[in-house]
Amino acid sequence: MTARTGTWMLLAIVALGALTAASVARALDANGQLEDPALQARFENIAKDLRCLVCQNESIADSNVELASDLRRQVREMLVAGKSDQEIFDFMTDRYGEFVRFNPPLEPKTLLIWGAPFFVLLLGAGIIFRVVRQRSRMPLDDEPTPGPL
Amino acid sequence: MWKFLLPFAAFVALAVLFAFGLNPNRDIHALPSPLIGKPAPEFSLTDVLDPSRTVSNAALKGQVYIVNVWGTWCRECRVEHDELLAIAQQRVVPIIGLVYMDKRDNAKQWLEQLGNPYTSVAFDTDGRTAINWGVYGAPETFLVDAGGRVVYKFISPMTPEIWEREFLPRIAAARRSGA
Repeated sequence: MTARTGTWMLLAIVALGALTAASVARALDANGQLEDPALQARFENIAKDLRCLVCQNESIADSNVELASDLRRQVREMLVAGKSDQEIFDFMTDRYGEFVRFNPPLEPKTLLIWGAPFFVLLLGAGIIFRVVRQRSRMPLDDEPTPGPL
Repeated sequence: MWKFLLPFAAFVALAVLFAFGLNPNRDIHALPSPLIGKPAPEFSLTDVLDPSRTVSNAALKGQVYIVNVWGTWCRECRVEHDELLAIAQQRVVPIIGLVYMDKRDNAKQWLEQLGNPYTSVAFDTDGRTAINWGVYGAPETFLVDAGGRVVYKFISPMTPEIWEREFLPRIAAARRSGA
């Protein structure tokens, strides 16, 4: 590798890194960082899994609306108060319903959402199986057809 | 047989899906509240009009009442305001206002200019009461029965039709069940 290509590659890597960093940029709060890095890590995980109910397709970690910021404050306070992740999720679903979670737990009532992809996969497999079996019984198209004599 | 039935079944399934999914009257942002049937979260906040007064729903135990969440930033709240005034005139139940994500002075001015349909108006300074009630926008209107349970939540501006069709029958039932 020449020095020149090396420089270009380095530049490309830096650019890619910057892009990635930009795409994971989070909504920030004034004095929003928790002092304990372990708590901050848990906070980020929880915030990613909670839906901002105003914007609905953003997590509260990403959203800048006031409700998301209020909910982030709530999560932080509960973490500092020593609540478990489960207790925090329960607090949110008790108030906002299962919809608040991006990653709903597997339960009888969420069976449909979790099961639907597998059901569709099976359906597709079944259809392919039938079509292939049917076609294998058909005569091949490229068999020489008897031409006119 | 399958060849004809399958497309037909697919058509029926899609038609049912569209009938629900594309219904123009359905508010896609309205979420069912898990609070229904549960005790109403307690709050004790200051009064918008008089900060020295406390507005608490504990004081309303044994009564059927309405909690209406609003803010001056909320355009739909302006839309429903006249209907709330009309409802207040009927004196059916106390209407507690809950001002959310707002400035006290703005809320005060709103009530002075447009009229005040509320029995009392609580000021949620930091949004905590709103979180406890699962509020994610405005206007939201809750109905609490005499036993202190949330029996109904309506998300959208109040209209005379909604009041008569959804609220009045439930208020009558709430009076019977809780007292």
